Amino acid sequence: MLACYLRLIRAGFRRYSTYRQAMVAGLATNVVFGFMRCAVLLTVFAGSAQVAGYDPSRTVTFAWIGQGLIAVVLIWGNTDFGERVRSGDVAVDLLRPVDLQAALLAEDLGRASFALLTRFTFPLLIGLAFFDLTLPGSALRWTAFGLSVLLAILVSFAIRFLLNLVAFWLLDWRGLLSLHGAISTVLAGLAIPIAFFPGWARVAIWATPFPAIIQAPIDIAIGRGSALLLLTHQLTWAVALLAAGRLVLGRAIRTLVIQGG
Amino acid sequence: MGEHFTVYRSLLAASVRSQLAYPASFTLQCAAQALLQLQNMVVILVLFSRVGEMGGFTRQEALLIFSLAGISFGLADMLVGSLDQLGRLVRTGTLDALLLRPLPAMTQICATDFALRRVGTVGTALAVLGYVLATSDISWTPLRVAVLLITPLTGLVLLGAVWVAASATTFWLVEGQELPNAVTYGSGLFTSYPVSIFSGWLLRLMAFVVPGAFVAYYPALAILGKPDPLGLPPVLQYSAPLVAVLAAGVAALAWRAGLRHYVGTGS
Repeated sequence: MLACYLRLIRAGFRRYSTYRQAMVAGLATNVVFGFMRCAVLLTVFAGSAQVAGYDPSRTVTFAWIGQGLIAVVLIWGNTDFGERVRSGDVAVDLLRPVDLQAALLAEDLGRASFALLTRFTFPLLIGLAFFDLTLPGSALRWTAFGLSVLLAILVSFAIRFLLNLVAFWLLDWRGLLSLHGAISTVLAGLAIPIAFFPGWARVAIWATPFPAIIQAPIDIAIGRGSALLLLTHQLTWAVALLAAGRLVLGRAIRTLVIQGG
Repeated sequence: MGEHFTVYRSLLAASVRSQLAYPASFTLQCAAQALLQLQNMVVILVLFSRVGEMGGFTRQEALLIFSLAGISFGLADMLVGSLDQLGRLVRTGTLDALLLRPLPAMTQICATDFALRRVGTVGTALAVLGYVLATSDISWTPLRVAVLLITPLTGLVLLGAVWVAASATTFWLVEGQELPNAVTYGSGLFTSYPVSIFSGWLLRLMAFVVPGAFVAYYPALAILGKPDPLGLPPVLQYSAPLVAVLAAGVAALAWRAGLRHYVGTGS
């Protein structure tokens, strides 16, 4: 059984590594935005060397890791599964002798691994070439960062899975998806460090699962806050949201009516 | 020409009707666009909570640039943003069908996928502009009023030209349809900040090669009667209409070259 999921991971990796031109095009966009975000964020250091515990080096590291993670965690969502629900192809998926959620997760892990090798690594190298980045200094911190990225993928997958499940009930669920896309940039900590916000907003944002997707791995990389606490935040949300996904999937299947056959 | 316009209008009407067919979804999408624009403003406000000025601009002045850029970007995305789909149209062969019809391909693509939801972006940007104008102390002259009124239009032409020219690259790089995003959505971000915060190749590329500086930055300087922190000639502050015409010309040439290069993906 495990071998089957491993093969799904490999299939996900292969599927996305086929579109090289698309990968390079997306990469170019991430890099241009990386330079722009650096310029925008560095304006806060006009009068002071430190802002909310960030120095210029940590700030540009924030920008480049964030740009690198966009494609890894698909921060603005994806619609592949929802489209299968809409078209009815999900009926075929349900006939397969694998767990639907686990199979989709396996494929997503494969996709994310390819994104890590390309869309994450390259912007980070560009960042290293042009800026003074603050990266983990010890093997332990690199390990914590790796674990944090894995948890970020799990949380993002769980959110995307739940959003796509809505397609079982709503014929046109794109409105909901675009609403999610609209709030995730700021809530995840892609546009601006969450620490720059006033205290009440910081508490409110960290109470959502979104910082687990971008800000938490960044904080671990640049050594802000307790790594253990950050990993716990991510793990809690990953477990809760994956469980919620299972629950909703169970209900969704009961509402499903397959025509014909 | 008049005949084209009638067809264009009915395509547009059909597109709008189809978007309004799911009112709940459409409302959510409008709200999402408004929220996206608000979110971009929150970023600026949070930055200004940490620092007094940005690239030589106060918060009010930066918000003027942000709102002018938002109006133009929202309008451009509404009218020509669907050119993002060009790669898909080429791959699936849909473009061949469009080329057979007696109406320019670009007109058909833009009319059938007219993004009405972008009224959310434009509405939010207009509200911010209203707030800025009501709370700022600008000494109005007829010339400044004229600049204010014409800027959404010149900005629309400029960003629309960027969109068309960038999308035309898809004729050569069929799979790379995300590449234009670097300058289209990239300009969305770039133009909503004072360009004086950028420097080096990024400033040259996004402000002058891609004429982002003329969308909101120079018009805002003209409206505020403020010298250019970049120290470039003051005449640039009033050059936006001219640059817009030039940009539209370049975009038309790029699109034509792309169409001429296109031979279909075949099967």
